[in-house]
Amino acid sequence: MTPASGATEAGVTRAEVCVAACADAWRGAGEVMVSPFGTVPALGARLAKLTFSPDLVLTDGEAALMVGAPPLETPADEIVREAAMGYRAVFDVVWSGRRHIMMMASQIDRTGNQNLSAIGEWSRPKVQLVGVRGAPGNSVNHPTSYWVPDHSTRTFVERVDVVSGVGYERAAAAGPGATRYHSVRLVVSNLGVFDFETPERVMRVRSVHPGVTLDEVRSATAFDLVTADEIPFSRRPGPEELRLVRQVLDPTGRREREVRG
Amino acid sequence: MADKRTTLEEIVGELRPGMTVGIGGWGSRRKPMAFVRAICRSGVDNLTVVAYGGPDVGLLCATGRARKVVCGFVTLDSIPLDPHWRAARQQGRVELMELDEGMFFLGLQAASWRVPFLPTRAGLGSDVLVVNPELRTLRSPYEGGPFADPADAGAELVAMPALRLDLAVVHANRADTAGNAQFLGPDRFFDELFLGAADRRFVTAEKVVANGTLGGEGPLAAVTVHRLLTDGVAETPRGAHFTACPPDYGRDEEFQREYAASAADPDAFAAFRARYLDVDEAGYQSAVAARAGTR
Repeated sequence: MTPASGATEAGVTRAEVCVAACADAWRGAGEVMVSPFGTVPALGARLAKLTFSPDLVLTDGEAALMVGAPPLETPADEIVREAAMGYRAVFDVVWSGRRHIMMMASQIDRTGNQNLSAIGEWSRPKVQLVGVRGAPGNSVNHPTSYWVPDHSTRTFVERVDVVSGVGYERAAAAGPGATRYHSVRLVVSNLGVFDFETPERVMRVRSVHPGVTLDEVRSATAFDLVTADEIPFSRRPGPEELRLVRQVLDPTGRREREVRG
Repeated sequence: MADKRTTLEEIVGELRPGMTVGIGGWGSRRKPMAFVRAICRSGVDNLTVVAYGGPDVGLLCATGRARKVVCGFVTLDSIPLDPHWRAARQQGRVELMELDEGMFFLGLQAASWRVPFLPTRAGLGSDVLVVNPELRTLRSPYEGGPFADPADAGAELVAMPALRLDLAVVHANRADTAGNAQFLGPDRFFDELFLGAADRRFVTAEKVVANGTLGGEGPLAAVTVHRLLTDGVAETPRGAHFTACPPDYGRDEEFQREYAASAADPDAFAAFRARYLDVDEAGYQSAVAARAGTR
């Protein structure tokens, strides 16, 4: 079934649907550190903490844990901090598994590999990106989700150029040392929500955002997505969630600059 | 007690072509930039640079000092990608050993503890093991007995090798004449480990005070570099400029944009180099002050 288009409820933007989808990544996560990259995941994490996942642990983006879920543009000297979380201590958290990160991906592929390193041949890249960063270690030590604000055949690729975050196939090939704590949970894009809950652990459409058709998602994806007969629309944030996002967390609308429409 | 005060020139004077150099800080944060500039104007080349990469890496590539870089990323933080680093990589001017950030940490830790490797899951399944074919995995020796964990039976782990350094330099807010150093900002990063991993170990600092007085500058708990880790200290006021060195100063974003823009073409970098790199540290600081005055 192809969902009907134009289903966006009056006033709810695509960015706000994405915020709720990101928040849902941390539903039921309990007391774990969430390290969101990007504006929409940062809002999603705060929204989750203020509503259904109050025990989430947020960092201040530097070297401390924050009390509560302050608005995005809170001045540094107004943030209330509860504990130090130094750069080295982060690895104690990562390697003990008490985190569910949401990273961005310059490329992501069918089995959940992510690329942050380089486009083209690694030895002499066409485009040098930031580097693998902590993605290899994160992905085999604790739950990992991804946020891709520009879903296209350039970002959703058959095979990523440099495997930074590890997907299911590569983890399985590396053996139990890699699979024991490996879990790529969700991929949230500007078009839909995806997971790997298939027997082959390949990417599946979990929902498409209101106003998006499955055909649009397919034509923006360079590999075959697994689809069910009935594909739901991603949920719209409720009135209280919208109030928190619009009036408290992001009154200047930074979310709308990351996701258009 | 030994007085460990030294100068940038003496530190750089210890460098030889082909050496492996560790540089403290993280991204565009508390980098020993005065030392980096001193390398740029020295004649030393073919260096292997080991860093949580920021503009240190970009400058050492742009000036042809680095033959190889060992890192997990290069970023300017407020500018996500350093164009000098991108150019060096995309033009094939520099070798890279690309590591996961945590593998990098363990490499320094292993060198600091004088063991050949430390085990980790980080890196398994990723292309870090593909692009660095010299990296090895090993199977846990605890497959039976009281320490066996059945869930890890047969598990191969990465054996992250010690990243041994010939020389390392970190930049601190304060140091004392005996070689202790204090970080007054939000984090010390991995700086003690860079020093621990190196044969020759130096601290540059905003201010060098008398031994025994660091407690008056800030918490003693922030003196995380003790003198067992250092061979020399050099006072380099604003020595981390243009990277962030809180609470002494923040990142000079305007200057960082000028640095990034100088990657646009060879003429632009030649002008940047002439104004800011072909001069000594005092000349650099006056050029920066003059620039700020004309804005």
